[in-house]
Amino acid sequence: MDHLDRLEAEAIYIIREVVEECSNPVMLYSVGKDSSVMLHLALKAFYPEKPPFPFLHIDTTWKFKEMIEFRDKISAKYGINMIVYTNEEGLKNNINPFDHSSAYTDIMKTQALKQALDKYKFTAAFGGARRDEEKSRAKERIFSFRDKNHSWNPKKQRCEFWNLYNTRINDNESIRVFPLSNWTEKDIWQYIKRENIEVVPLYYAKKRPVVKRNGNLIMVDDERFKLLPGEKIVQETVRFRTLGCYPLTGAFKSNATTLDEIIKETLEAKYSERISRVIDHEKNTSMEQRKREGYF
Amino acid sequence: MKDLLKILVCGSVDDGKSTLIGHLLYNCNCIYLDQKDNLIQESKKSQEELDYSLLLDGLNDERKQKITIDVAYRYFNTNKRSFIIADAPGHEEYTRNMAVGASNSQVAVILIDVTNPLLSQTKRHLHICHMFGIKDFIFVVNKMDLVNYKKQEFLKVQNLLITYLKKLDISSYNIIPISAKAGENLNKPSPKMPWYKKDDFLTTLEKIDVNTKSLFQDFCFNVQRVSRPNSNFRGYQGPVISGQVKNGDELLSLPSHQKVKIIKLYAPDKQVEQASKDMQITLQLDREIDLSRGDFLVKKDTFIYGNMFSCDLLWTDDEALNLNQTYLLKINTKIVNVTITNINYLYDINTDTKKSVSTIDKNAIFNCDILLQEKIVCDLFSKNQNLGRFILINPLSNQTSAAGIIKSQLNSKYIYAQNLTIDRSKRSEMKNQKPVTFWLTGLSASGKSTIANELEKYLVTLKKHTMLLDGDNIRLGLNQDLGFSLNDRAENLRRVSEVAKLLNDAGLICITSFISPLQKNREQARKIIGDNFVEIYIKTPLDVCIKRDIKHIYDKARQGIIKDFTGISSPFEEPTNPEIIVDNTKPLPEVMNDLITKIEKYL
Repeated sequence: MDHLDRLEAEAIYIIREVVEECSNPVMLYSVGKDSSVMLHLALKAFYPEKPPFPFLHIDTTWKFKEMIEFRDKISAKYGINMIVYTNEEGLKNNINPFDHSSAYTDIMKTQALKQALDKYKFTAAFGGARRDEEKSRAKERIFSFRDKNHSWNPKKQRCEFWNLYNTRINDNESIRVFPLSNWTEKDIWQYIKRENIEVVPLYYAKKRPVVKRNGNLIMVDDERFKLLPGEKIVQETVRFRTLGCYPLTGAFKSNATTLDEIIKETLEAKYSERISRVIDHEKNTSMEQRKREGYF
Repeated sequence: MKDLLKILVCGSVDDGKSTLIGHLLYNCNCIYLDQKDNLIQESKKSQEELDYSLLLDGLNDERKQKITIDVAYRYFNTNKRSFIIADAPGHEEYTRNMAVGASNSQVAVILIDVTNPLLSQTKRHLHICHMFGIKDFIFVVNKMDLVNYKKQEFLKVQNLLITYLKKLDISSYNIIPISAKAGENLNKPSPKMPWYKKDDFLTTLEKIDVNTKSLFQDFCFNVQRVSRPNSNFRGYQGPVISGQVKNGDELLSLPSHQKVKIIKLYAPDKQVEQASKDMQITLQLDREIDLSRGDFLVKKDTFIYGNMFSCDLLWTDDEALNLNQTYLLKINTKIVNVTITNINYLYDINTDTKKSVSTIDKNAIFNCDILLQEKIVCDLFSKNQNLGRFILINPLSNQTSAAGIIKSQLNSKYIYAQNLTIDRSKRSEMKNQKPVTFWLTGLSASGKSTIANELEKYLVTLKKHTMLLDGDNIRLGLNQDLGFSLNDRAENLRRVSEVAKLLNDAGLICITSFISPLQKNREQARKIIGDNFVEIYIKTPLDVCIKRDIKHIYDKARQGIIKDFTGISSPFEEPTNPEIIVDNTKPLPEVMNDLITKIEKYL
């Protein structure tokens, strides 16, 4: 078995353990490349059975249009139960990434996720996060326990020995499970290529309308994007390394239109993938802080 | 495709683990520019030189306190290999987190400070790695810059280490001098240590062969899940734990011991003809048998099926071990109720000795006996790691209480009594006496010890060979590991009964002086000792005992200072049918005269 086979086998084992031991699991689906791999693994893990759990997409209403199209296409293709949840309260108050920056992430992503998990009483939620993404993530267990407020306590992580996962929780607690913990960004792309996994076209380079703002290239995905004085929309051949809400996701110039070219770029990348996320590098420990607040 | 090596980096606090990994990643260009910028910015806050540990210490508290609290995983590759590095905390408080890293690693890198070698934390980490079955070690003698890269300093530490490793029976290791901070001998030979001719640290990592010789080779499949999407399909899903299997192979189910044949094999979703170790597969069988989650399919049954084991455990729970509690044991995908029946010894890292203890706290490494509520299929860890390791879960708090390995099976049904040529009658004949046990029972301060002592003095005047077993004396020696809970008291008396029996076997007359408060304790003693058992009830009313109590222990019991005290906070059941009753309200000479008359017929 090579490196990717081992990562695949580990992830499948984890996904099955959750299904066998947790009463009400759900798989978070963010439409990105990691989610695409995780869905693929879930399909493999139970074949010929369908994954015996629903999927959950937290829709902030600010995702790229192509992401939503892709999500609906994939749900239909595999016949999976895709729950889409939006924080209606936040929507009513018009909480948006342009006017509310960090409050937006909390209300439309973190709070929305907590509301959805509480609403459906999910006891375990798979997430596609990887340890190589960020240094507090590098510390997190595969089975990450959350209290009734969905808060992570990094100083009191439950011991996790071998592949003997202790999935027991008290009432009101829940688990985030990360089957891709040991995958790197390169592994993800190499696996996507090997398994021929479909991903959102935004990962491939194409001429797209972008505006340069605070050092990031932000794509103008709809009419809600208001130009600031001096800004103008330009057509650039760009692609995305990570995907999220379009106003918070930086594109970069690239000519990579095939998986091989993407893999080559990933291998040669000088900056980490987090650099393209506008919200991440506000503070050095902002990820840990958000996890403590209930972010997955 | 390159192979994957999982490495643990451990050692005592401040020996430079995070610095070693951080510097290695930095030198190998495995750090992105934005991470590098961050590092430079943050390092400047506190010191002039780069603080490479900041690349690893990802938690807020770690950066503030400048210690590693939990294990961090880093991923990097060279042209030769992919690596997952687990950076373990060194502080004793976080030993369990280090053990988490050890359980997920193939090779252990143990850092040693050349100026302060082999600290107890270094030894503790070494022991845990050893216990968890890691066979290959790299010892990195760090901080060579502090001793001017002198060869003699390195050799001193190397000799110390080699002696210690011999004791542990560890034979596969490298010892490398480095300076993690200065980057010497990390990923290229150090010009400052030309006397060191072997490979630098990174080259060693690239070359090291993981010892697989001792791995279990026979086919073994664990049922993780039974998939039954519709009435036409029943598939058994799970990992191939060891060995290989082909479509059409005949297999044996465990524990139900039924023969079956594979008719379809998927790995994991593609139909395949064969599968091997570590693959996730789905099996379809030729017939329906009793097989569910936690069971096994094998080619031949070389496994253990039992419920009593002797185990090594690492205690990871903030709550101390409770011998009166039921825990859950998870082994592979099976969960069973378990109790720890006996703590055999604690491994004391500081003195390298085994110690008798009655309590087990967080991070203790110890050996104990366990009793499972049902029999399980498993194996000795030394023979088959996957089937010989487990975790314990506290079902009340849901915490993972321990990680353990099976050392041996305990099963009295496989132990047969040996017939010895020289027996009890031969030995007692030589002493010209009849062996007997006078079992004195009664309240504390009822006069048992005094009477036992007088009785023995009397028997000696008759030229009898005797032995007196007294409660306090036995608890100072043989039974020093026991407390005063009902379970411990029962065990105390069981052992005393066995010793009394041995003394009788030796031809001796035995006198025991124990409160032995419960009828069932005394019944058990009678059962163990047999026909020669003479129960003597020292009958002294409680108020008389209290009056005679020169040690004032009744006062302490009443004040609650002593818990579980017989007659006060713990019951004393009067013997229902003792051979002899002694009324101990009378003066001692009178009491003894009465007793001597009564024992005559048993001598």
